[in-house]
Amino acid sequence: MAYPADLTDPAVRKRLITATAECIIARADELTALDSAIGDGDHGHNMKRGFDAVLASLDSLAAMDPPELLKSLGMKLVSTVGGASGPLYGTLFMALGKAWPQDLSRSGLAAAFEQAIAAVKARGKSEIGQKTLLDVLAPTLKALQEGADADAIAETAQRAAEATAPLRATRGRASFLGERSVGHVDPGARSAALIIVALCAEGSRI
Amino acid sequence: MSNVGIVIVSHSHKVAEGAADMVRQMVGEDVPLAWTGGNSAGGLGTDFAAIGEAINRAWSEAGVAILVDLGGAETNSEMAVEALPDNRRSRVVICNAPIVEGAVVAATEAAGGAPLNVVRRTAEELSP
Repeated sequence: MAYPADLTDPAVRKRLITATAECIIARADELTALDSAIGDGDHGHNMKRGFDAVLASLDSLAAMDPPELLKSLGMKLVSTVGGASGPLYGTLFMALGKAWPQDLSRSGLAAAFEQAIAAVKARGKSEIGQKTLLDVLAPTLKALQEGADADAIAETAQRAAEATAPLRATRGRASFLGERSVGHVDPGARSAALIIVALCAEGSRI
Repeated sequence: MSNVGIVIVSHSHKVAEGAADMVRQMVGEDVPLAWTGGNSAGGLGTDFAAIGEAINRAWSEAGVAILVDLGGAETNSEMAVEALPDNRRSRVVICNAPIVEGAVVAATEAAGGAPLNVVRRTAEELSP
């Protein structure tokens, strides 16, 4: 995560938004290929459309303080993504903005992230273990809570995405495939890991 | 109009339009009806803003029942409902029902003047 990057600096916010958007845009085809295997084959392109829209508003987003920025970024995704991932990622960012701590400590950030994950669960009526982005977000939160550094958090997220492969999907479009969803990494879990890895990497460089 | 309004939200423009045609054939002009299908780029998907507009087009003081097809249509509709003004939000429901049959049954019930909870219940009786 970005911590301990100085989020009061608009230039830092700009770099973190850019890193988030670019990691998805660069891997859109791969995400779509994963989704073609077990879903409706639009995840990468939908997410790319959303983050293209985010980049188009980069300057105005970066000028906002973190709560407002996260809320606006989430709303942008909801408005432009067009698939189920729009409301799910939109909710994640919007809830994170809503719960953003006054004092940006690790525990404050973890508490806000925990609330954001709860909001995604409620939005998707989903739980951990159903082969969704939650299966990456939850271990990431745990690593954050346990004091892991940025590299360790990134690695946790990456491994958690890979670990969705043997799971059988019980939520989302992949659940229609039942057993046939086994053996493929969940595209939403992959996109969540890409974002976390990108934020950790960029946060470490700042 | 005091009859409950119906909104159809599909991933597909053609499915939404076709379901709306079937509803119109059943109930004529007695029910406010709006539909939306496809994402903001014109492909398969759903569009948060377009759903909000459809709710407003089909608005009735008796409320609005929304029929959806797959996951994203439901989650996007939920967000569109949450974005409504306070005095409207509580009068919009998303029905857990098949989109085509649900829309026709809900509209037929609405055309008879049934309240929102009855319209919803009738549509949801179609779901196992």
